[in-house]
Amino acid sequence: MAEYILETKDLGISFGGLKAAQDVNIRIKKNQIYGLIGPNGAGKTTIFNLLTGVYKPTAGTFYLDGEELKGLPQDKINHKGIARTFQNIRLFNNMTVVRNVMVGLHDRPEFHCSVLETLLRLPRYFKTERAMRERAKELLRIFDLEEDRNNLACNLPYGKQRKLEIARALATNPKLLLLDEPAAGMNPHETEDLVKTIQFIRDSFDMTILLIEHDMKFVAGLCDEITVLNFGTVLAEGDTKTALSDPAVIKAYIGG
Amino acid sequence: MMKKIKWNHYINYIVIGLLTVVLSAIALAGGHFDSSMLFLLEKVAISIILAVSLSLVVGFLGELSLGHAGFMCVGAYLGGKVAALLEPALGNGPLNFLISLLVGAAVAALCGIIIGIPALRLRGDYLAIVTLAFGEIVKSLFQNTSDESFDGALGLDTPRYDKKYLFIFAFILVLITLAVVQNFIRSKHGRAVTAIRDNEIAARATGINVTKYKLLAFTLSATFAGVAGVLYSFSNYTVQSMKFGYNYSIEILVMVVLGGMGSINGSILAATLITFLNTKLATVLTGDLAVLQNLLYALILILIVIYNNAPALKSFRDRYNLGALLRKLLRHKHDPAKIKDDAAKWDVVPTKIEMNEILSIDMTPQDKKGNTGNGGEH
Amino acid sequence: MELFLSTLINGLSLGGIYAMIALGYTMVYGIAKMLNFAHGDVIMVGGYLIYVFMATKSPLLAIIFAVVGCVILGMTIEKVAYKPLRGASPLAVLITAIGVSYLLQSLAQIIFGSANKMVLVYEFGSIDLLGVPVQVSALVTLAVTVVVMVVLTLFIKYTRLGRAMIAVSEDKGAAQLMGINVNGIITVTFAIGSALAALAGLFYLLKAPSISSTLGAMPGIKAFTAAVIGGIGSIPGAMLGGILLGMVECISYKITAIAPYTDAIEFSILIIILLVRPTGFLGKKRREKV
Repeated sequence: MAEYILETKDLGISFGGLKAAQDVNIRIKKNQIYGLIGPNGAGKTTIFNLLTGVYKPTAGTFYLDGEELKGLPQDKINHKGIARTFQNIRLFNNMTVVRNVMVGLHDRPEFHCSVLETLLRLPRYFKTERAMRERAKELLRIFDLEEDRNNLACNLPYGKQRKLEIARALATNPKLLLLDEPAAGMNPHETEDLVKTIQFIRDSFDMTILLIEHDMKFVAGLCDEITVLNFGTVLAEGDTKTALSDPAVIKAYIGG
Repeated sequence: MMKKIKWNHYINYIVIGLLTVVLSAIALAGGHFDSSMLFLLEKVAISIILAVSLSLVVGFLGELSLGHAGFMCVGAYLGGKVAALLEPALGNGPLNFLISLLVGAAVAALCGIIIGIPALRLRGDYLAIVTLAFGEIVKSLFQNTSDESFDGALGLDTPRYDKKYLFIFAFILVLITLAVVQNFIRSKHGRAVTAIRDNEIAARATGINVTKYKLLAFTLSATFAGVAGVLYSFSNYTVQSMKFGYNYSIEILVMVVLGGMGSINGSILAATLITFLNTKLATVLTGDLAVLQNLLYALILILIVIYNNAPALKSFRDRYNLGALLRKLLRHKHDPAKIKDDAAKWDVVPTKIEMNEILSIDMTPQDKKGNTGNGGEH
Repeated sequence: MELFLSTLINGLSLGGIYAMIALGYTMVYGIAKMLNFAHGDVIMVGGYLIYVFMATKSPLLAIIFAVVGCVILGMTIEKVAYKPLRGASPLAVLITAIGVSYLLQSLAQIIFGSANKMVLVYEFGSIDLLGVPVQVSALVTLAVTVVVMVVLTLFIKYTRLGRAMIAVSEDKGAAQLMGINVNGIITVTFAIGSALAALAGLFYLLKAPSISSTLGAMPGIKAFTAAVIGGIGSIPGAMLGGILLGMVECISYKITAIAPYTDAIEFSILIIILLVRPTGFLGKKRREKV
């Protein structure tokens, strides 16, 4: 067990000369809720894309629980234990809610079932299929989505879609959960609800969470520590209150 | 309710199984079918296998293959050749048929892997163009073979299998195709394939090995095209590469589109309908009129796809679709539980594919608006 | 030497035709992000329009009518078949495009019959070049292609409309925010592509004065291959790919042993290119936005 669940070392990427992120060092301890904030275009989502293998870092590297994951393809990184949600929700829209979550369970070893076994409808097929459905239902119950399980994902209201995306990510059994602007587009009531849900996930799943957010109140009320990015570099980091009151951070946000 | 779903899942097996039993009983008892009727039955079986296997790629994977006839061609030539070679040793019996079938299917599968690896790594319309190229390559290669190998432009003669029973084998093969394709789709592996269709980026992030599943679905589809090819060579006694051109691939695509993309039962119905129609039209529309059939295909493709996919028609579709109509007829319209359960059916739901983003190489926020389209705007 | 020169000129002129068709594919792909399968058949329509308007006895008039007719056709196809599907899945658009291609072919066959029609646009004859007889039509094709390419490049680089096209191909949403009429740009792109297709139809008739409803099918597919080889979305790429494919085709036809496999060779090149360099020679890698 490494000291940090996630550790990035001088992580950076440049797109043809443009340095979208450089020298980013983030250290997240187990069970933390960690915030990644910064103005638009600061490179927050880029960091998520680096951590999930969408982009390959051109500088530095990162470790999950002590294991270097740089250069792995996206699905392998997910198997190693990083799951994410997207800024603009990406669900499997024409599949039912429960099936969305079952896709998340797909590569869990306890639900293994080979193609041949499914084609021949051997007993294991029925067993895993039933077990997956049950597990998915449990997850949906936590997010208050059990009633909607047979609806198409695209027919869910916005707030529920966000929740479903988190449920699907959790289904992959991650060590680190990345949430990209989970409160975007939510009303104050829903946001409050979301804070509780995220804390609940941390506590009951023993989860470490890294999230991107614009809503400062949300961040201040939820995150243990934060990193503030601006123009792809780290502006400030550390304990949420201290980092937010850093003059450089205030300047970057208010402008000047 | 559970029963209802299951019934819907298995109705195609039941219909085709019953058909097979009844028809074979008649054939074995008295042999009342004339050869043209038998030929038509075989043709229908071939079409169903082709349409169902193509539906796997177009309807469930969300990629377009324009070389389905090419894979069929490979199966037909290789299967036919093996059958001809084995004829002196094994005669014309079922054993010969079985071995040829396995060889034809295996070679088609191999071609599927070879074509799939470069094409499926890429997003967008590449699979369409590569499979189209593959179909043309296959056609041109077999056309220029020597007399000793595949008989070139003249076509390969295949053994004259006893026609009286071939259609029974053909229908058994239809059942096997159906079982494999449906079992695949309704499993965790099929779920991974539909997830890729719905949102490839999210599928990757959820740990799905996208390349593996694309290749798997595509190869499975090619394999059954090969099976259809072998069947074709036995049914026609001769294999000519000219028959397996682009137009044939389009004809299979028309069946899938007409049946509703993502609907296996629809593909079966449309394959049967179009094959019957073709045979009927071939006698009515002769000479220059034969082109009217192509005109019909073209209109089917354009009108059905626009109707099913145009964003502007979405609310209209939701109100007046076949499912809603049936529910009304069956007086289920006030039963919300019923509606929910319909959503759980594999065969009904994904008839239209709204995945504007996953196939395109770059995505602008503009495009996404239409996709979330359910209060998702922010 | 003789063989070399004649193959070179034939290859270049065929390549020029491919390049011209490939431009239509690549521009539409770059701007509307769709593979316009019916593009090849616009060539055929252009050919038939020339055939019809040759009744005026003036080749120039026939060509003008054909170009105008194809432009109208291209814009109509876009408006009727593709525009309703904007925002729908690329698969749906692709299948519709195939349907349109099929529709044009069968309509042409219904109107003009399945037999080939002879169209003699203009008799250029041949001249002596370094002691080698060369078809003048090939030289004319080559010359017109070069002029068209230069004009098109200048148009895109230096006019307001051309720059707007680049903007739309880079980022549709941003272009719209900058006040560019995206729908208008897409229509213009289809119009330009169709005009080029009409010219390609003319060149085919100069090469061999006979036309059928499938005239455009194979050249269309090959030109798309050329566009992919050069790098889809790239205008210089379309030119490079077209010339390359034209040369390969002409050389392959000259070698008896492989002549029958010419089509197979060209398509194999496509598959190999996609395997080793998926973006083609000059295409740039597009980063997906996540």
